Amino acid sequence: MKALCLSAFLALLLNGCAREKRQFEPPPPARVETQAITLSELRPGATTTAVAPKSGIEDQAYPVSEGKRLYTAYNCSGCHFNGGGGIGPALMDEKWIYGSEPVNVYATIVEGRPNGMPSFRDKIPDNQVWQLTAYVRSLSGQLSKGVSPGRSDDMNAHKSEQATEKKTPQKSNVPKAAEQP
Amino acid sequence: MKQKLSSLILGLAATIGACCFTVTAGGVQSVTNPAGPQAHNIGQLWWLMFWVCSAVFVVVISLVLLAFVRGRRAAGGANHPLSIELRPAVETERRQGLWIICGTVVTILILFVFLIDSFLVGRGLTAELAHKQGVNIEVTGHQWWWEVRYQNVDASSIFTTANEIHIPVGVPVTFTLKANDVIHSFWVPNLSGKKDLIPGKVATIWLQADQPGVYRGQCAEYCGHQHAHMALWIIAEPQEQFNNWHRNQIQAAVTPINADQQRGQQIFLSSTCVMCHAINGTPANSNIGPNLTHLATRSTIAAATLQNDSAHLMSWISDSQQIKPGNHMPPNPLTPDDLKSLVNYLQSLK
Amino acid sequence: MSEANVQSLNVDDAAPDYEAPEPITSPIVPTEMDLARELEELERTWKRPGGVVGWIIDTDHKAIALRYIVTAFIFFLFGGIEAALMRLQLARPENHFLGPDLYNQIFTVHGTTMMFLFAVPIMTALGIYLVPLMLGTRDVAFPRLNAYGYFVYLIGGILLYVAFLMNTGPDAGWFSYVPLSGPAYSPGKRVDIWAQMITFTEISALCGAIVVIGTVFKMRAPGMSLHRLPLFVWAQLVTSFMIIFAMPAVMLASSFLASDRLVDTHIFNPAEGGDAILYQHMFWFFGHPEVYIIFIPALGFISSIVVTFARRQIVGYTAMVLSLAATAFLGFGLWVHHMFATPLPQMGQSFFTGASMMIAIPSGVQIFCWIATLWSGKLNVKAPLLFVLGFFAIFILGGLTGVMLASVPLDLQIHDTFFVVAHLHYVLIGGSVFPLFGAFYHWFPKWTGRLLNERLGRLNFWLMFIGFNLVFFPMHQLGLHGMPRRVYTYLPETGWGTLNLVASIGALVLATGVLVFIVNVFWSRRAGAVAGPDPWGGDTLEWSIASPPPDFNFFNIPTVQGRYAMWSMTETTPIIRGLSTHKRETLVTSVLDAEPELRFEIPGPSAWPFLLALATAETFIVGIFTPWAFPVGAVLAAAVFTAWFFGDPNYENKTEKDEQRSEAPAPPAGLQPENA
Repeated sequence: MKALCLSAFLALLLNGCAREKRQFEPPPPARVETQAITLSELRPGATTTAVAPKSGIEDQAYPVSEGKRLYTAYNCSGCHFNGGGGIGPALMDEKWIYGSEPVNVYATIVEGRPNGMPSFRDKIPDNQVWQLTAYVRSLSGQLSKGVSPGRSDDMNAHKSEQATEKKTPQKSNVPKAAEQP
Repeated sequence: MKQKLSSLILGLAATIGACCFTVTAGGVQSVTNPAGPQAHNIGQLWWLMFWVCSAVFVVVISLVLLAFVRGRRAAGGANHPLSIELRPAVETERRQGLWIICGTVVTILILFVFLIDSFLVGRGLTAELAHKQGVNIEVTGHQWWWEVRYQNVDASSIFTTANEIHIPVGVPVTFTLKANDVIHSFWVPNLSGKKDLIPGKVATIWLQADQPGVYRGQCAEYCGHQHAHMALWIIAEPQEQFNNWHRNQIQAAVTPINADQQRGQQIFLSSTCVMCHAINGTPANSNIGPNLTHLATRSTIAAATLQNDSAHLMSWISDSQQIKPGNHMPPNPLTPDDLKSLVNYLQSLK
Repeated sequence: MSEANVQSLNVDDAAPDYEAPEPITSPIVPTEMDLARELEELERTWKRPGGVVGWIIDTDHKAIALRYIVTAFIFFLFGGIEAALMRLQLARPENHFLGPDLYNQIFTVHGTTMMFLFAVPIMTALGIYLVPLMLGTRDVAFPRLNAYGYFVYLIGGILLYVAFLMNTGPDAGWFSYVPLSGPAYSPGKRVDIWAQMITFTEISALCGAIVVIGTVFKMRAPGMSLHRLPLFVWAQLVTSFMIIFAMPAVMLASSFLASDRLVDTHIFNPAEGGDAILYQHMFWFFGHPEVYIIFIPALGFISSIVVTFARRQIVGYTAMVLSLAATAFLGFGLWVHHMFATPLPQMGQSFFTGASMMIAIPSGVQIFCWIATLWSGKLNVKAPLLFVLGFFAIFILGGLTGVMLASVPLDLQIHDTFFVVAHLHYVLIGGSVFPLFGAFYHWFPKWTGRLLNERLGRLNFWLMFIGFNLVFFPMHQLGLHGMPRRVYTYLPETGWGTLNLVASIGALVLATGVLVFIVNVFWSRRAGAVAGPDPWGGDTLEWSIASPPPDFNFFNIPTVQGRYAMWSMTETTPIIRGLSTHKRETLVTSVLDAEPELRFEIPGPSAWPFLLALATAETFIVGIFTPWAFPVGAVLAAAVFTAWFFGDPNYENKTEKDEQRSEAPAPPAGLQPENA
C-alpha cells in the first residue's frame, strides 16, 4: 500500500515535471535528415535504417505556447489566418494533405510544399520548427488538454486550443487546387 | 545599564548616519540624482519627507527608550511578581492623555503638510501633457525590449528604433506608452517617476532633461523571465546634436561598402535574422524584434544589457540564451567566418 | 432556594445606592467528593480522542490552534529558505546560482507562502487558542467549522508545495498580475495552482473569522461586557470582520483568473472587452486589508504584553479600541496606492494618498498610548517585552516609509523598487513577526507548561533584530538607487553589489536568530523551567487555569468584575455552577453585556470536517484540470453537509441523565455593576 502511494506520487512528480519543463537552451541543432520522413508507410523491400526525428516537446506546455507566439510572429497567420485557412489550407480541420504526424508537419515547414507553402529551411531554427509543429497540431486538438494553450489575449477567432475537440486526422492526397470545381 | 543604552543609541545613530551618507552617493540610476524638473521636484519632496520622518523617528524612539528606562527604574530592579497598578492617579492619566492628544495633533499636521506638497508636486507631473509641439515618442513595451517610435506630423519623419532614446535638452518630451504583451513600466529615475504600460490602455507622461547626459532607465513591473534585463538609455543632447541624430535615423540603412559587409548583409538576409528584424532599405521588414537600421549608433544591445561592440555582438548572436535565458531570440550557430562578416555588416549600420 | 436570594442580573437596575447582598449560603455547596467526581466526569466528557483517527476527528480549539501554529511555522521556515536562496542569488551581480525561471518561482512562492500560508493562519491560530480562554468559555462557537478550516488550509499548503517540487510552482509574483499570469503568457498549470491555492487559504481564513466572531459575541463569561473585552480579543474581532469583507475579493479575482485560464472567459482580455486593471483593483481591494489582517492581531499581542509587563492598565483603552476599528475601516479605502503607476486619473489617486496617510493616525495613537503605558509602568524586562521594543523600532520606521509611499509623486519613483520591499518587510516583520515572537515567548508557558529559556530568548531577539536591519535597511537605498523588484540579477555597472552583499550577510544573521528560536523551543519543551498557571502575573483569564489548560478549559465558568479580569478577581468573585458534566456544555451570553442567556451544547469530535475538506480538495484541485470537478465536488460536499447538519454531534456522550430537563443555573450573587 505504501509502495503504491509512493510510486503514484513519484509518477505524478515526473509527469508534472514534464509539462512544466522550460528549456531555454535548445539542444545543439544538428542537420535534420528529412529523407527519413515519408508520407507513405508502404515500402518495397526492407525498411530503411534512417530514423525520423522526434518532436520530444509535445508533452510540455511552454514550447507549445512558444509555437503559438511564433505562429503570429512568423506570419503563418498571413496565409493560414487563425487556423481556418484562406490563402493556405485550414490547419484546424481533420484534413491533412501531407500527413499529421509531427515529422510530417516539420517537413512541411522546412521544405515547403507545392502551391504556395514557402520553405523555411535556414530561416526558422529547428527547435522553433518543432514548437510550431506542436502548436499546429494543437489547433485540431491533437495535443492533450493540459499542454494546449488557453485563449489568446486577442480577439478570439476560434475556440482555444485546449477547448478544441480532437479531430481524427484524415489524409487527403488531393492538393487543394484540384478540389475546386 | 545606562552605558548599554547610550552605546545602543550611539550605534543606531552611527548606522543611520552611515546610511544617510550612502543615500546621497549616486549610482547609475538614482532617484536622488535628478536631472530634470520632475525628478527634481520629486527629489525635493523626498528630502522633505526624509528629514521630517527621520526627526519623527528619532523623537518617538527616544520616547520609547526613555519610557523603557523610566519603567525599569520604577520597577526598582525587583523581579517578578511586581505589584499591579490597576488604578493609577487621575492626574497622571490626564497628563498622559494630553500628551497623546498633542502627539496626535502634531502627526495630523505633519501629514497635512505632506499631503499638500504631494498634491502640488503631483499636479506638476501631468502638466504640459497638452504639448503637441515638441518631441513625441511612442514607446511600446515588449517582452523584453523597448520599441521606440518617434512620431511626427510629417509621416516621412517617423522612424522606429529600440532601447535607446535621444531627446533634446531643455525641451519637454511627451511619451505615449503602450504594451504589446504584458504589463511593463517605463522608468528613468533621473528624469521622472514611472508609468505602467498596460495592454489595452494608453498612458502618457512627459519629461524633460535639464542637462546633457546619459540616463539609464529600467522596466519596473515584473514582466516575465527577463524582466531583470530590460533596461533602456535616454540620451539628452543639445538641440543641434539631436537634430542631426534625428535626421540620420530617418534615413534608410547605409549600403555595404566592401565585399565583407556585403557578405554579411547576404548572411543577414538569408538566415533567421530576417524573420524578426528590420533594416530599412533592405528586404528585411519584420517588426517582431528590434529595428536594426541604425544599430551601430546605439551604445548597447539587448535592452542595455551588453555593450555594443563586436565581441558582445558575436556572443549575443551566436547564443543569446546564455546571456538572457528565456528571451525570444534563438541561438544562431553560424560558422566563425559568417559570424564575423555579419557583425562587420551590423557594425556598419550607422 | 429562597426567593430573596434570587438577584436580578439586569445591570440597569444597579443604582448608585445599590447595596451588595449578603453572600448566599446555598444548600447546594458541593463537597470535596462531589467536586472530585465532577472533575472526573468533565475530563471524561471533554476527553480528546486518541490515535490517528482521533487526530482526524478532534475538534478541541486548542489542538486545532496548535496544529495551525506548527503548520504555519513550518511554512514560515520554507518561506525563509526561499528568501535565503534569493539573497544568495542576489549577493553578487550576474550571479548564476539560480536561473530566471527558478528564481521567479522562488520569489512567487516566498511571497505566497508568507502572506497566505504563514501570516494570516498563525494570527488566526493565536486567536483560536486564546480567545476562548480569555473569554472564559469552554470551546469556540463552531468547533467543527474550525477543524474544517484547518484541514482546508493544510491541503492548500500541501498543494502549493507539491506543485513547487514538481516544477509547477507559480511564477507570476505573489499577486499574479494579468496578462502575465493569463493564459497567453503563463503556459502550463503553474498559475492555476496559485489561483486554486488562494481558494483554500481564503476558505480557511473565513472559517476562522466566523468562529472568532461567534465566540466573541456570544460566549463570553458573564460580566465581560463589550467594554471590558481585552484588547487582544478586540484585535481578533476586528480582524475577523476584515477577513469577511476582504477575502471574497481575492477569491473572486483568483477565480476569474482561473476561469480565464481554464474555461476561456475574457474577463481580463482587453481585446474582447475585459480589463487588465480590473484584476489589480480586485486583488488590491483584498490585498491592502490583507496586510492589516496580518498586522492588527499583532497589535493585540502588543497590548497584552505591554499591560502584563508594565504591570498597569493600558492608557487610553477607548482610544485603543477606536484606533483598531478606525484602522480596519480605513484599511479598506487605500487599495489604489498599489496602483499609482497605472494610468488612472490623478485626482482619484490623490484621494488615496490622503487615505493612506490618514491611516497613520490611529496607528500613531496606539503607539503613543503604549509609550505612555510603559512610561508610567513598572517594567518586568523579559523576552516578550524585548520583542515589543523591537516592534517599536522596526514598525515605526516601516510606517514612516509607508507615509512616503503614500504620496503619489514619490511613489512613482519608488514603486516596484527595493524601497517597497524594505517598507513591506519593516511593517510586516516589525509589525507582525516581532510581536508574534513576543507572543510565543509570552504564551509558550501556557501552551506547554514550561517557560522558554530567557537567555536564548535574548540571543534570539538580538540576532533577529540586528540581522533584520542588516538585510532590509540597505534595501531602502537600493530602491532609491533605482533597483527594481523581482529581478533575478543585476549588472555590475549599476553599483548595487555592495548593498546587496550586506543584505545577504544580514540574511544569514536573521536565519541564525530563527534557528536559535527553534533550538529554544525544542530545549525548553524538555528542560524548560516549569511554569505554573501564571508565570507573568497576567491580566486575562487564561492565566487562571493550569498550564497547559485542561481539555475543558475552566472547571467553573468564571465571572468578570473589571476590564482586567485576573487583576479584578478576588476571593468572592462569583463563578458559574450548574453546567452539565455529561455533555459538552457551555454558557451562551448576550452580545453587549454578557448576561447569561442559555446553556449551549457544543459539538464534539467529528469526522465530517475532514471529509468535507477532502470534498473541497477534490473540487478545487481536480478543478485545475477539468471543470467537471465542480459538479462532482458539489455532490460530495452535499452528502457531507447532510450528515453534518442532520447528524447528532454528541451521540457518544448521551446518557439517560441528559434526557431530563435541568434547571437554569442559579444567578450568581454579588455581580457588581460594571465599572471602568
